[in-house]
Amino acid sequence: MITQQVAEDKLTVSIGPQHPGAGHFRFTITVEGDTITDCVPDPGYVHRGAEKQTEYRNYLQSIPMLERSSLTDVTNIIMPYSMASEELMGIEIPPRAKYLRMIMSENQRIISHLYWLGIQGIFLGHSTMFMWPLGDRDIFIDLGQMIGGARITYSYAIPGGVRNDMPESFKPRALKVFDYFEKRLKDYERIFFSSPLFLKRTLGVGVLPREDAIKLGVVGPVLRASDVKSDVRIDEPYNFYEDVDFEVPSFKECDTYARCMVHLIEMRQSMRIIRQCLEKIPQGPVRVKLSPQQRANAGEAYGRVEASRGAMGFHIISDGSTKPYRVKISVPSFRNLIALPKLLIGSHVADMPAIYWSLDYWPVEADR
Amino acid sequence: MPEIVNFEQFVRRILEILFWVLIILPMIALPVFYLIYVLQVEIQCGFSLLNCSHQIDWSLALYMFDPSKMNPLDPNSYISQLGLGTNSVLFKVSTFPGLTFAAILSSFVIWYERKLLAKMQYRIGPLYAGRVEGWLQSFADLFKLLFKEIVIPARADTLFFMAVPFAMMALSGALLAVIPVGPTTFIASSAYSLLIALAILSFFPIVTLLAGWASNNKFSFIGGIRALYQMISYEIPLILSVVGIIILSGGSLNFVDIVNSQSRIWFIGPMILGAIVFYVTAMAEVERIPFDIPEADSELVAGWLTEYTSMNFGVINLAVYIKLYALSSLFTLLFLGGWQGPAPVPGVVWFMIKTVIMLTIFIIPRGFNPRVRIDQLISFGWVWLIGIAFANIFIAVFLRAAGLL
Repeated sequence: MITQQVAEDKLTVSIGPQHPGAGHFRFTITVEGDTITDCVPDPGYVHRGAEKQTEYRNYLQSIPMLERSSLTDVTNIIMPYSMASEELMGIEIPPRAKYLRMIMSENQRIISHLYWLGIQGIFLGHSTMFMWPLGDRDIFIDLGQMIGGARITYSYAIPGGVRNDMPESFKPRALKVFDYFEKRLKDYERIFFSSPLFLKRTLGVGVLPREDAIKLGVVGPVLRASDVKSDVRIDEPYNFYEDVDFEVPSFKECDTYARCMVHLIEMRQSMRIIRQCLEKIPQGPVRVKLSPQQRANAGEAYGRVEASRGAMGFHIISDGSTKPYRVKISVPSFRNLIALPKLLIGSHVADMPAIYWSLDYWPVEADR
Repeated sequence: MPEIVNFEQFVRRILEILFWVLIILPMIALPVFYLIYVLQVEIQCGFSLLNCSHQIDWSLALYMFDPSKMNPLDPNSYISQLGLGTNSVLFKVSTFPGLTFAAILSSFVIWYERKLLAKMQYRIGPLYAGRVEGWLQSFADLFKLLFKEIVIPARADTLFFMAVPFAMMALSGALLAVIPVGPTTFIASSAYSLLIALAILSFFPIVTLLAGWASNNKFSFIGGIRALYQMISYEIPLILSVVGIIILSGGSLNFVDIVNSQSRIWFIGPMILGAIVFYVTAMAEVERIPFDIPEADSELVAGWLTEYTSMNFGVINLAVYIKLYALSSLFTLLFLGGWQGPAPVPGVVWFMIKTVIMLTIFIIPRGFNPRVRIDQLISFGWVWLIGIAFANIFIAVFLRAAGLL
């Protein structure tokens, strides 16, 4: 650690990596009274060299290793990798596989957002808002299990399509779950999002104005909360996102409250997308048969999707062999981290957990 | 825990456990003896170890094995004359309404709180300890804590660090000593009981600051400072909210007089504003959600409790819950008519029913409130609560002057 010289009336506090609020991550804050005057993020505690490891595996073998980076968001982190690989291999996946990818991706977004909401609840001291979303998250995990076969890491969107087909019983089950969850979201609004103490704690806290958000290059819900209607699903539609109706939320408040509300609305929109997908999904094969040692054509490809935390991109360079020559992963968490010092400096110590988690920073994903 | 347990370590563990078991009783008793001998608080009980020891007829020892002579409820029995009957100070201090009763009630409050919170969150809560709904969970936790190692941080101030659990327990015990649970069931009674209770309450911030400072941990220190701010800011509305009661009860500070003056109407009716202020400030005094700012677990690991382990932590936690029980009892005495209630049920039972209802009302906000920020808390206390408390005093003065109460 870099030893810092601080003034006498200031106190340097290290938050993490064993702090309950930080996860596998540390940042050092300097406080003067109750105000944070400096913040130095120190990521890299869980760096595993995922980019380098892909160079020693063939295209299919990398999948389980890559999805470990982001356990709440496994489908969305694999999908851009598969899209870029398919572009290099020159294959077009069947439409049913694309719809299944959309269903799994949106289901994953709900799972990730519910996890986020639970932690945001406990960071604000609201224990019920910790228990409820994590309990409801389980029924969406069960939905994912019906298609993917595993609970968390189902390595679903592999190059060439998807791994399994959807069972017949999925559609009635999913519609039932969505009806239940719509009611639960209203409960959440009643107990948490409209609570006067919640509004007091989040309105006007950690404001990231529109211009700064664009300048810093943040992505995903953080950017949308700063009044920028930016979404990869709208801007560069992949799969069949141009065929379904959904709204991209954006808020003028640009604060922690806006970031919380964006997550809430996105869960509703995800359910809306899955409902439409279940109506439109055609019959057919779900996978193009690839050889275990599939060769990709020499060249470069870039795959980009809207993951739950923002734009997730994979840049793959191939030399024509069975293994990628170089893989560069662009993760939303790391791009949102740059806003953390800007938001924390000048705010209260007590607002630190709420601001930190409103960026939805996932250390494992950021460190790769 | 070390792998090899030799005899010396074994003996040390046993001694540590004995140490903690033995320490709790004197910690309750000392403040009471202090009240009796130094403050000369009048003891209102018929027969006791302290003033009648010379009257013991030792020939009664012959009847030791006669069951009728061993009845602690009979003031003339042998055991009562030894000063061990239910009317003795020793019994009152150690058993009812003193330490044992308060400690057991507090452990059940912990279990009750966990169970209630679990129901609110669609969970099950404690389930296994004690077979029926996990009712022995607190005791299981107690035994777990007893067998844990006491860790003192390397650069901590050992003396003050270890003094904090005793001080917390002593203060909570002292608070219990002045609170009556029935018209004749109390440990100590004075013309200034209410003032003594409020004075003891104002000692707590000093202890929490000491805990934060002695731990030599930045999180503990910030937590201690926050506790100091919070408790001192909420001390003033707490005292002001009680002034209306004193006016209506004819200027008496004795709890028995205050309860007797509520025979016509409970003070929660005319003094509803004062009751609200008392409730909110009491929540802040015991650091419960939404006012658990000094222990905010997401920002300051556990606040001023961060470095406390083992039975150190257990004793502090127990003391905090005893304080919660004492504040609920205070609310019952001041606003809910104390032990008053329909005749067939004894007054003590009425008192307990009301206290448990108050405890529930103290616990429930934890289920649906986030934590407030320290600056919001303090501005709320100084601007709103003090204003409401003054309005309450004016209402009391008006009612008194108009002769309505």
